[in-house]
Amino acid sequence: MNKELYNYILSIADNCLILGQRLGELCGHGPTLETDIALTNISLDLFGQVRSYYQYAAKLVDDKTTEDDIAFLRNEREYVNALLVEQPNTDFAFIMGRQFLFDAFHLMLLSELQKSHDVTLAAIASKSIKEVSYHYRFSSDWVRRLGDGTPESKERMQAAINDLWAYTEELFYQTASEKLLIEKGIAVDLSQLKASYYQNITDVLEESTLTIPDSKWFKKGGKEGIHSEHMGYILSDMQFMQRAYPNMKW
Amino acid sequence: MSEENIKDLEKTFEARIARDEKIEPKDWMPEKYRQTHIRQISQHAHSEIVGMLPEGNWITRAPSLRRKVALLAKVQDEAGHGLYLYSACETLGITRNELYDQLHSGKAKYSSIFNYPTISWADIGAIGWLVDGAAIINQVPLCNTSFGPYARAMVRVCKEESFHQRQGYEIMLKLCQGTAEQKEMAQDALNRWWWPSLMMFGPTDAESTHTEQSMKWKLKRKTNDELRQQFIDQTVPQAEILGISVPDPELKWNKERGHYDFGPIDWDEFWQVVKGHGPCNKERMKARVDAWENGEWVRDAAMAYAEKQKLKKLNKAV
Amino acid sequence: MKKDWPLWEIFVRSKNGLEHRHFGSLHAADAEMALENARDVYTRRNEGVSIWVVESRHITASNPEKSGELFEPAQDKVYRHPTFYDLPDDVKHM
Repeated sequence: MNKELYNYILSIADNCLILGQRLGELCGHGPTLETDIALTNISLDLFGQVRSYYQYAAKLVDDKTTEDDIAFLRNEREYVNALLVEQPNTDFAFIMGRQFLFDAFHLMLLSELQKSHDVTLAAIASKSIKEVSYHYRFSSDWVRRLGDGTPESKERMQAAINDLWAYTEELFYQTASEKLLIEKGIAVDLSQLKASYYQNITDVLEESTLTIPDSKWFKKGGKEGIHSEHMGYILSDMQFMQRAYPNMKW
Repeated sequence: MSEENIKDLEKTFEARIARDEKIEPKDWMPEKYRQTHIRQISQHAHSEIVGMLPEGNWITRAPSLRRKVALLAKVQDEAGHGLYLYSACETLGITRNELYDQLHSGKAKYSSIFNYPTISWADIGAIGWLVDGAAIINQVPLCNTSFGPYARAMVRVCKEESFHQRQGYEIMLKLCQGTAEQKEMAQDALNRWWWPSLMMFGPTDAESTHTEQSMKWKLKRKTNDELRQQFIDQTVPQAEILGISVPDPELKWNKERGHYDFGPIDWDEFWQVVKGHGPCNKERMKARVDAWENGEWVRDAAMAYAEKQKLKKLNKAV
Repeated sequence: MKKDWPLWEIFVRSKNGLEHRHFGSLHAADAEMALENARDVYTRRNEGVSIWVVESRHITASNPEKSGELFEPAQDKVYRHPTFYDLPDDVKHM
């Protein structure tokens, strides 16, 4: 099996899986019916992308492995999503802040991934980028609304950004296998995107009348499988059926 | 307007409905028609959004990615259906927020079935199969109801719902084709959801207060008992295909009637749940109220932002 | 401050070549959001290629009580319809 490629696919797909799962928790609990429907759409888009990636990854393993084996049957250490996406739904400002900080990254990643020499990855990226462009528009609009809305919303949005800021740099962390694939023209060289990422989000945050955190201390670990305490709970929910009733078809 | 005049208007109004003409929001209508429609449409809308909760309960635990996206899409549809129905109701001169207030204060009712808990994955199958099955029987005739906006909303709802019941039945089918443990899970779900599903059609005709008026206004085409019988007749063979048994020892095909006979329904339980003593009434209402109250600052912020933007545009124009 | 999101009417063109049709309504704080919400609520099943939104309060509607004077006078103007004109059957292409 092409271990590097497999790992690389997961490093993209796991972000979508865990963020989709977080958004799935919200269905039925949003501030309006309209926002409920919108967030569910984003969640559905992400799960759709996850399935394309995992189906591809499963084929790399062997003929028997399925998308669900990859989604549900790994141990916590084997999930390689960034810490950002596993952060909890603290309030609507956190939800939109997390979405915005991820979408800005996701959009840039996919835009480069479309040029990958791996045709399957390039195809998934071209399909997903339309969805993610909308996610970015939706979440950045909400960051503007909350940032420049009422004093309360501004305070909450600022608190969310201050908290989530520490998770942004990890999005650009490169694993060893990723570096090998960059040379082959398969993986995206994230280091090239970092400066414009921070430029883009700074622009939106300033438009939103928010202050850019000056903290230089960033948290990381997720992309190497070392997660926050939240991850265990996410997985115990997500894997509940698979663990309680192993080897069954649903 | 004199009483005489109103009587005349009412006569013309009833004649229009009898001719199968649709009533539109700005048309004159008897106050009772307006109130009855606000009550029924909002009750229907509330049922959709409270109905999101028991199923939403399993989104994070769905056992495969395929099941997860199907369930997400279904619960999302229910939000959409709630939205279509609230919009139809708003044409009668009441706001969605007023309708929410009625729900949150306990003044408005919603379908009692959603006060039962979803405690296993099979419950998601049973809800799709039985609850959506019962809902379809109730809803299809409403596509021809007399109030235009309600009828149009129902056309959309029925079109979208067609996958919901299939989704549920497919879950049950997979369970019944699986291990003994899975089949047992399916049987257990049928045991718990069967009777509450029969109650979804409401009290027996003898006990039902609104039927006659509702028939005239085409809010109803068949009586509660007729619809219930239709549901039983079509569902029993579906259970047979699954190979699980309906939990009613008195259930028997009656050749003469051409229908299934069935045992007595526990109406005591029905009224207790309606009155708020069901297993999850409090939890459901708390979830709705929390979502609304926790969302208030978000809604306010969006309005404040919109107004600021409007001002900015105005200032630029000057 | 207690201001509810206003109501918007949503018009969707289901494919190019067809007109925008009234699909329903929804709530949104501003036009931008109304468009986004309309996309998520009314085109989930690939129902549209273009959306119009207009705040409901900007719509002026005719009064149904005046529908007699507004619309009935058009009923007997049969000369506006082709069937009003008697022509022999053998006249073709007309």
